[in-house]
Amino acid sequence: MIRFEQVSFRYADTAAPALQGVDIEVPEGELCLVVGPSGVGKSTLLGAVSGLVPHFTGGHLTGRVTVAGRDTRTHRPRELADVVGTVGQDPLSHFVTDTVEDELAYGMESLGVAPETMRRRVEETLDLLGLAELRDRPIATLSGGQQQRVAIGSVLTVHPKVLVLDEPTSALDPGAAEEVLAVLQRLVHDLGTTVLLAEHRLERVVQYADQVVLLPSPGAPPVIGAPADIMAVSPVHPPVVALGRLAGWSPLPLSIRDARRAAGPLRERLADRAPEAPGPDASGELLVRAERLTVRRGRTEALREVDLSVRAGETVALMGRNGAGKSTLLSTLVGLHTPAGGTVTVGGAVPHRTRPADLLRRVGLVPQEPRDLLYADTVAAECTAADRDAAAEPGTCRALVEDLLPGMPDDVHPRDLSEGQRLSLALAIVLAASPPVLLLDEPTRGLDYAAKSRLVGLLRSLAAAGHAIVLATHDVELAADLADRVVILADGDVVADGPTPDVVLSSPAFAPQTAKILAPSPWLTVTQVTRALEAAP
Amino acid sequence: MTGQDDTQGGAPKGRGELRDKPQRREEGNTTASGTHPGVRGTARATHHGEKVAHQPHMAPGRAAAPEPRGIHGAEPPRTARPGVHVHAGAWWIWALGLATAASRTTNVLLLALLTAVAGYVVAARRTDAPWSRSYGTFLRLGVAVLAIRLLFAVVLGSPIPGTHTLFTLPEVPLPGWAQGVRLGGRVTAESVVFALRDGMKLATLLVCVGAANSLANPARLLKSLPGALYEAGVAVVVAMTFAPHLVADVARLRAARRLRGRDDRGVRALLQVGLPVLEGALERSVALAAAMDARGYGRTANVAPAVRRATAALTVGGLLGICAGTYGLLAAGGSGVGAGYGLPLLLVGLAAAVAGLRLGGRRSPRTRYRPDPWGARAWLVAGSGAAVAAAMIAATAYAPAALDPPAVPLAEPTLPLWPAACVLLGLVPAVAAPRGALR
Repeated sequence: MIRFEQVSFRYADTAAPALQGVDIEVPEGELCLVVGPSGVGKSTLLGAVSGLVPHFTGGHLTGRVTVAGRDTRTHRPRELADVVGTVGQDPLSHFVTDTVEDELAYGMESLGVAPETMRRRVEETLDLLGLAELRDRPIATLSGGQQQRVAIGSVLTVHPKVLVLDEPTSALDPGAAEEVLAVLQRLVHDLGTTVLLAEHRLERVVQYADQVVLLPSPGAPPVIGAPADIMAVSPVHPPVVALGRLAGWSPLPLSIRDARRAAGPLRERLADRAPEAPGPDASGELLVRAERLTVRRGRTEALREVDLSVRAGETVALMGRNGAGKSTLLSTLVGLHTPAGGTVTVGGAVPHRTRPADLLRRVGLVPQEPRDLLYADTVAAECTAADRDAAAEPGTCRALVEDLLPGMPDDVHPRDLSEGQRLSLALAIVLAASPPVLLLDEPTRGLDYAAKSRLVGLLRSLAAAGHAIVLATHDVELAADLADRVVILADGDVVADGPTPDVVLSSPAFAPQTAKILAPSPWLTVTQVTRALEAAP
Repeated sequence: MTGQDDTQGGAPKGRGELRDKPQRREEGNTTASGTHPGVRGTARATHHGEKVAHQPHMAPGRAAAPEPRGIHGAEPPRTARPGVHVHAGAWWIWALGLATAASRTTNVLLLALLTAVAGYVVAARRTDAPWSRSYGTFLRLGVAVLAIRLLFAVVLGSPIPGTHTLFTLPEVPLPGWAQGVRLGGRVTAESVVFALRDGMKLATLLVCVGAANSLANPARLLKSLPGALYEAGVAVVVAMTFAPHLVADVARLRAARRLRGRDDRGVRALLQVGLPVLEGALERSVALAAAMDARGYGRTANVAPAVRRATAALTVGGLLGICAGTYGLLAAGGSGVGAGYGLPLLLVGLAAAVAGLRLGGRRSPRTRYRPDPWGARAWLVAGSGAAVAAAMIAATAYAPAALDPPAVPLAEPTLPLWPAACVLLGLVPAVAAPRGALR
């Protein structure tokens, strides 16, 4: 269905090729997963299928890409629109119309499908994706998961033979991600749709894949094979694979179910040991304190009588659905929203009544989109500005950048940095004022496993140095790895607040893979298991 | 997941007719899925069992499955949306009718009545959709126009002769070349009243446009455009939606400024976020353009070269005819030189242009999804606006003094009974149009 023949691609303004020697064949009705570290050319590979590379991006493509027998060299993206459906990373930049139903119909209108057929397919797709209740809603009012489903639906109505998805679940909470993946499964199994998918969060998708294409490094030829074979060698892999490799299971399990079957002996070996858990440190100074905090946004109550306290040296993970109020809570802690009720103090100050320049030294927030924090033309200028804003010694921020991620070039525009680099820069800017309280909103979105583990190490050392850290995240593995405490928000209420093992083990949606495999023992991460095995072989 | 499960029962069958080809993997597939039996076999097992490749949609067989929640497909297909939308064009005709009426009068009471009528209908019939909020913006804009008009009348004076001096501003002496312009000086009640009436007229026009904007989704108006213009129309609508995006971006980036310890108020703050906002807007438009291209925007059908040439000739010729005809009517009409050919030329040009557009529509293979029907309700809505306009135009001839009371000498405005009653006709949509569908 999709065939790459000796494809190489180079963007117009770069010397090194983005793709080289790509030979892939994806048969009809397969779910093919593209994996690799960030910046390795996954999006370029996906773009080549829809014809947007090179017709839209420019650049030089050699070799041949054919989709359903059509050569992308001679067919422009709009002429492939009836066989390829593409959903990019950000669903919002995909929408042309403003209501759900019109959006589902837009593609068909462009292709000139008969009105009766359009009507029927819209109804079918509304049902298939569970969007029937939302049909008349303006798209801007939907949650992230709903938008993602509308984006997928809008290309499905055209009945494409091939569906190309770039990180479809990275912005979604675990529940919404399952929904989207269930839909993809159904398309592959019941309708024979071919799905090509790039994703960083392998723990969510790898068990559904029929074929994995691994791009090991930029410009290197891809490694293609069965998921288990690829995962055995892949530099990026989910915890279930890490555990499998550690325990030497063969064949390597990819799903929790397979892993549990193989995990009997490991569970026995670990039976008499307990994970080393530092235990919540109750001695630190109380730095964040919110009592009966209520915040209204427009007519809705985004937070209802929320209580939260965070001590120095503590790391707290905020979890919950898209739109549960996590970001609102973080924004309120830095004074971006004025509470409608209750009290909030951060580092001894009331955030919404404190001047920004003063608050900067008490609390720092890295927003969901780190790019929002960056204004300057170069990394160096950005660091100088941060030192000035924070009234810190010149060179403080640059030294922090070097600490966080060595080797970041000075003269690059922040926009051209990779996701991981950008996050590190934003973090360094916030840390330049050395605030005791550090807040992070979805820090691992778009990060590969290497960047993520670097971030984990970094935040651990910051917590050890006495920072209080609060992070809002959908990433259960990150929360299990890092947090002392987990707070779960639902619809503006706190529904759970307790030590990480207690909270995540009691709820399947928020349990990390290791915990699911080794249940009922309270192991949360592969690192814990590794340590325990090393301590007493 | 529960919502998902609910719909699984019927949906795969509903789409069963989509693919008549066998749904198995191709030969030579190296990655046999059998190596990972784990997930394959679990959740979806039931669907493999009941998968029927050729079952048509909405077949009686659906009844065998438990009836899932929210299956709208079970209803007979509707081609229109009764009870949800009135044709967007009807709302615009209604609003333009009110606006025409407003342009015919300077009676403050009548203008206020028109504003109230438009406001009441909006309050009664608008939805919760984002575009519905534009009414407030237009209302504020109207007030601003009124204030500016009054300010100008006070500061710059007005040619209206008046005897009732309210107060006197210090007059700024201006050089000789600025003759005829005055800064400061005597402010008379007459000039203020005149400016107030003038400003109110403008404000009422704005409020009427705002009412149409908030009652009818501008994008839906597109559905009534001729095929040849549709793509251009989409571009315009996408461009219009950029303004709210920009506002949201500015708010977000100003919040981010606060995070860096800088003040988020003031002109400087706005200027400094300007560049990132524009960059973001540019990036988003490029992403949207890519998405639109990948979704088939701008696909064209093959048409014969002769048809293409005829389209071009008709459109260009028609537009030239319209220009020449309008010129004949307007410029030379009075003297009688151009009046003879003005009207026929205009009509011929119009006909040619329309024919060109229709022929041009052949190049675009587009179809329309559920165009709004022009039904009885649409007639009522559009009719009420047209009636208000017609009544007011008739009234200008019948009672000019009541509609356009002189500013000098000062007099209390009176509400002319019949025109006022006619304006109330504009309230018909508050009853005739269906309630907003969104809560």
